[in-house]
Amino acid sequence: MNSNLSDYRRREQSITMAPLQEQLSDVETVGQELFTINFGPHHPATHGVLRLLVTLEGEVVRDIKPIIGYVHTGIEKTAEDKAYWKVIPVIERMDYLSYYFNSMAFIGAVETLLEVEVPKRAQYLRVIHMELNRIMSHLVWLGTSALDLGAISMFWYCFRERERILDLFEFSSGQRMHTRYFQIGGVIEDIPTGFAEKLRAFVEEMPTRIDQYGALLSRNEIVLQRLRGTCPLNAETLLTLGVTGPLLRAAGNPWDLRKAAPYSSYEDFDFKIPIGTVGDNYDRYAVRRAEMYESVKIIGQALEGLPEGPHITSDRKVALPPRHELATSMEALIHHFKLVTEGMRVPPGEIYYPIEGPRGELGCFVRSDGSSKPARVHMRDPSFVNLQALAHMAEGSYIADLIATLAMLDPILGGIDR
Amino acid sequence: MPDATGLELIARELRAADGLDSGAILDTLFFRNRATLIVEPLSIRAVLGALRERGFSFMASLHGVDYYPQEPRLGVLYELLDMSGVDRITVKLRVGSSSPEVDSVTPDWPTANHQEREVYDMFGVVFRGHPDLRRILMPEDYEGHPQRRDFPIGGEPVIFTFNESDSLGSAQ
Repeated sequence: MNSNLSDYRRREQSITMAPLQEQLSDVETVGQELFTINFGPHHPATHGVLRLLVTLEGEVVRDIKPIIGYVHTGIEKTAEDKAYWKVIPVIERMDYLSYYFNSMAFIGAVETLLEVEVPKRAQYLRVIHMELNRIMSHLVWLGTSALDLGAISMFWYCFRERERILDLFEFSSGQRMHTRYFQIGGVIEDIPTGFAEKLRAFVEEMPTRIDQYGALLSRNEIVLQRLRGTCPLNAETLLTLGVTGPLLRAAGNPWDLRKAAPYSSYEDFDFKIPIGTVGDNYDRYAVRRAEMYESVKIIGQALEGLPEGPHITSDRKVALPPRHELATSMEALIHHFKLVTEGMRVPPGEIYYPIEGPRGELGCFVRSDGSSKPARVHMRDPSFVNLQALAHMAEGSYIADLIATLAMLDPILGGIDR
Repeated sequence: MPDATGLELIARELRAADGLDSGAILDTLFFRNRATLIVEPLSIRAVLGALRERGFSFMASLHGVDYYPQEPRLGVLYELLDMSGVDRITVKLRVGSSSPEVDSVTPDWPTANHQEREVYDMFGVVFRGHPDLRRILMPEDYEGHPQRRDFPIGGEPVIFTFNESDSLGSAQ
């Protein structure tokens, strides 16, 4: 029978894998050797330009050193050279997925220094936009994380809903991202006619969409295998590392500044804080998905209970006078001129103003020296602090789990590097 | 927030506490409902440790400030949070710019690791005992500390193709 074969087939069958397998049996000595690989900065799974020096033992992660600063743009320094109201557009560009939160933290600090009272309607409008932003940020996280796990269709579904949110942002402020909608003392414009109907339709539809994400992912075999039980970290360690937000809540600690220390009228709304149990990657996924339902609930309540009244403070030293007054009132014209050319003077002092961003405690520190420009602006960005937990989470796990953990950590490099 | 009285009580307790220098608390400041303790730089670890025992067990943030042209010029602020009492307190210290050295709190508060590196990078405050004190946001070979108030904004030329060869560090 063998004689019927061609030379080629005979040669092919004569090849034996035995020498290779002998080498493989020696795998223990191979496994003890550590080697360091460079992961990023240009790697699609790093969610930006994050570079990790990963020390591996075989396929097991032994050490991670994050190297950051690739998109450092010196926004904190730039802010020192701008009048307070001109800082808002640059500060929004720090964490580019939570622009409403960035401006809220900064504006909150300045408003505390100025002791300005924000009208109730403006507070509600801020809540509506911040919660829309939270859903939007979580949608980008969910879509890209699912992409990291190999599920490309989730990306399209999440970005389909994100488009609707960006359309709403465009409707209320004219911009899809970095909207400059929040102003010191309130919001720049009242919502336009038709916004409420569009938002109501979104609020009605969104829970069914989140249901669909859950149906696709929550009991998906691949998702369960990749996320359940991988890279857990307990709440005590997370607290010593300064981690807040969904990561901390996934480990069972229900800390949420919206409930604990309400700002901007969050005490008026009825919502729950989803928490996890063991703090593994699956809990991180589940907590963020559940948070989207709660955000929709808050938006619905804020929309139905939206109080009548002004959308920005009537303090002319802080907020621009309405357009129609400029034609008739000399005083309004002077205020307008002073505000636009010089900006407002803020009493000297230092304030740290924390809010609950989509990734955890987003705090803005503002120091005023009494002039019309801030003497120091510092953003305590949750991504920057949370990144320290990555090494603790992923040590001792496989490199594939490192990718999943990084996705569930949800770092935004614009916020980390600022 | 501890109110003004609460802040004075904490300050008095800390002044009387064992293991703490009686001069450790230099001053208190109560501004816009925010409580601040101003402390002696040498006793920062002891003060933070004592505050941790009083429930302020979470370090929310750590940041640097430049008070130029005042002296001592540089400041480091520690924002502590008591999660069960929902209370915040700021601890502030000031060091001169000639040899700005502060004890690192990273051994007690691991969250301070990246943040102290950022303060070192941006203001040049050296944290003694920090496990890995390197620049974090700026390149490692960068000279100067850009967040200092006397560091000019826009003082560095933007490198385009036409002026690439004129810039520092180019191969000429």
